[in-house]
Amino acid sequence: MSKYYLNKFLFTIDRDPELVERYRNDPKGTVAWWLTEIGPTNLGLASFERTTWLTLEPDEREALEIHDKVALFAMGAHPFLTLTLWIALFERDFEEPLGMQLDYAKALEHFKLPYPDITT
Amino acid sequence: MAKIVAICATTHHPFYYKTSKMAEAEAPPFASTWIEKVSRYRETLTRANPDVLVMIGSDHFHQLWLSAMPQFLVGNAPFYDANYYNEEREFGLPQLLLRGEVELSNFILTRGLEVGFDLAFSNELRVDHSITCPIFTIRPEADLPIVPIYTNIFAPPLPQPKRFVDLGIAIREIVDAWPSDKRVAIIGTGHLSLELGGPRQFGPHGPDPEFDAKAVEWISQGKIDEALAEVTLESLHQPGNATHGFMDFMLMMGVAKGQVADYSDTLDLFHTMEAYFTWYPEGK
Repeated sequence: MSKYYLNKFLFTIDRDPELVERYRNDPKGTVAWWLTEIGPTNLGLASFERTTWLTLEPDEREALEIHDKVALFAMGAHPFLTLTLWIALFERDFEEPLGMQLDYAKALEHFKLPYPDITT
Repeated sequence: MAKIVAICATTHHPFYYKTSKMAEAEAPPFASTWIEKVSRYRETLTRANPDVLVMIGSDHFHQLWLSAMPQFLVGNAPFYDANYYNEEREFGLPQLLLRGEVELSNFILTRGLEVGFDLAFSNELRVDHSITCPIFTIRPEADLPIVPIYTNIFAPPLPQPKRFVDLGIAIREIVDAWPSDKRVAIIGTGHLSLELGGPRQFGPHGPDPEFDAKAVEWISQGKIDEALAEVTLESLHQPGNATHGFMDFMLMMGVAKGQVADYSDTLDLFHTMEAYFTWYPEGK
């Protein structure tokens, strides 16, 4: 399990407007591309310095590939990162103000305290 | 020595800027009260006539990332670019350029090391809305040099609540000892009960109004010991999954050294309660 790597995906997509659109339109393709091009780079280092060990577990990869925010929450992905990215991806699909955010909350309503641990 | 002319602690609500710019017909019903309260709060800083702002906030995974996460970090640069693409996208916050006060940054860093705070530093820091929200609300001219100080309330493991209070006390003492004739305001932003990315988010009020009432009492009455007796890293999950931002308020209670606030106001909004506190260490 790699909460850190899940978070790294959410973080690096959310901060780049082109990647936000790409992930909205082609989640599976974006995840595959990310796993070879972005994920292995260390954000503070030259791009050729690559990780030799970080990877996503199959269920983590699938959650990202199908935009499954509930699974991401259950896995302990950082809820702020997921929410912020989801607002960028899907707020536009709702007519009412805060429609996406309230729908998001409802999808998570079965989670009771304590929530899944987000410590990385 | 420098004079601390005001201490301001407030929530930072990134939607304020956009709301305050809306035409009356488009604005939500709470907008005029919100604008009025913020404008009254702004006056508490304006009347203190500061030259420099020490600003405490918390990066929201913008520049600071899990590959190297400092617990407490001081900006040490002559300028700070401010706000990010995704804050413009989500909140409509414009980008800014703020001046830095390098002499005070250096003083806080070196004196911090001497008194037991090994603060991290950044010579190139792009600050986010935790720093710029209070600029937009209480110093919209964005004309004063700043020293930004970031705390980690976001990426566990987090520092203990007491450490936030102690850092606040240390910042107060360090700024008091700064050999300068400048008038300094110390401004910090945090949260009351708050849920982000969880089932209790974006309700009609903050997720835990009872916690909010207690927190406002602790802050406004300077009840540091009561807050410390009740607040733990574990307990802060109960009022909402982003309530660890309350520790920035605890830091500010440390800066105020338990003094009763000279100004205190709140506004119950959807999603969270807004709160505004000001102290004048040398009297009004």
